[in-house]
Amino acid sequence: MYDFELVKPSSVDEAVKALADEDAQALGGGQTLIPTMKQRLASPGRLVSTLGISGMDGVSAEGGVLTAGGAATHGAVEKGAAGSYPALAALAGNIGDPAVRNRGTIGGSLANNDPAACYPAALLASGGTVVTDKREIDADDYFQGMFTTALDEGELITAVKFTIPEAANYQKFEQPASRFALVGVFVARHAGGVRVAVTGASEDGVFRWTEAEEALGKDFSAAAVSGLSVPAEGMIGDLHGTPEYRAHLVKVMTGRAVAAAS
Amino acid sequence: MPKISMKVNGKTMSGEAEGRTLLAQFLREELDLTGTHIGCDTSQCGACVVHVDGVAVKSCTMFAAEAEGAEVTTIEGMANEDGSLSVIQQAFQDHHGLQCGFCTPGMVMSAAALLKDNPKPSEAEIRDYLEGNLCRCTGYHNIVKAIMAASGQDVGAIAAE
Repeated sequence: MYDFELVKPSSVDEAVKALADEDAQALGGGQTLIPTMKQRLASPGRLVSTLGISGMDGVSAEGGVLTAGGAATHGAVEKGAAGSYPALAALAGNIGDPAVRNRGTIGGSLANNDPAACYPAALLASGGTVVTDKREIDADDYFQGMFTTALDEGELITAVKFTIPEAANYQKFEQPASRFALVGVFVARHAGGVRVAVTGASEDGVFRWTEAEEALGKDFSAAAVSGLSVPAEGMIGDLHGTPEYRAHLVKVMTGRAVAAAS
Repeated sequence: MPKISMKVNGKTMSGEAEGRTLLAQFLREELDLTGTHIGCDTSQCGACVVHVDGVAVKSCTMFAAEAEGAEVTTIEGMANEDGSLSVIQQAFQDHHGLQCGFCTPGMVMSAAALLKDNPKPSEAEIRDYLEGNLCRCTGYHNIVKAIMAASGQDVGAIAAE
């Protein structure tokens, strides 16, 4: 990989200043970024590490909202959400492997917005909010397509807020080699309605399956979605699965998530 | 090149590191601690697992400068003080938990991390925890046995596969 300057700020203010440089990029745990840099698919001139910023790594729940610091690792989310939001804890505890979960961060994952990442589905289904150094972004506005988000250049995710649903579950159909989601569905039943978010499937990244949301709002059972179908158009097709296969999986995994929701 | 220092296996050590110097590279090339292996260099195989401030990480996917001032434990720090093998290492030997031995440093470090959090893991928990450690000799069965034995559990129940 090409060399760069590594900056280790201790506060959000210092980090934002360091990120103002055009060639700078935020570094979470680096579990995606470092391999990408090794392949020279990214070559930032300056990396601004977020793991040493005080107060950005905690996970807490209060008043029906779970807040994770932008630099909270997957392992920290798994532990911190276990009591208050078990479906999110289970999702975090199944990302990568234990050593990866000790480094990779929720802010890094959401900033990258990989089309097969798990957290985007959780955030979108929870009706969450991305908190940055400048503003709060609603999950419905945050995800803007594969690897694309509403973040501006140099904008830093300082925290992520999840509205804790009454019942929720995440079902991930793993691509067996990478263990990323071939299709992952997060179902969340809130007091105001059901939200269903799908990752891994669409060429536009994470999306809400609104037809299923309406059906589940009337009848929260796996049977309620069995008659629906997802169009294959716009689904990802690769050697692991055709668009038709993924579209079918969306329905199957949604049914499983509803059946397992607690 | 900037100089960085960290506490490795209880001793403060320092060496030169660029921004891009990986922790695995720093340990091997600057500190001559070549027990930490680089297998895939893509964070898949786990041969490079070390502990940084008490938790297992893949040292090929962390910059050395990020571990500045941290407490790092590598396979060289796993033996008992008198140089004899630790319980986990001895169990790997007793149960033939290694064939070519390349993955073993990472396996031992992951096993130590697991047993710290979960002193009596089930066979399924051990297999699940080792998801990020690959053994190209496919010697998993005896590795799992060794970890069961190191945790003081009966290994007779693990059927031969």
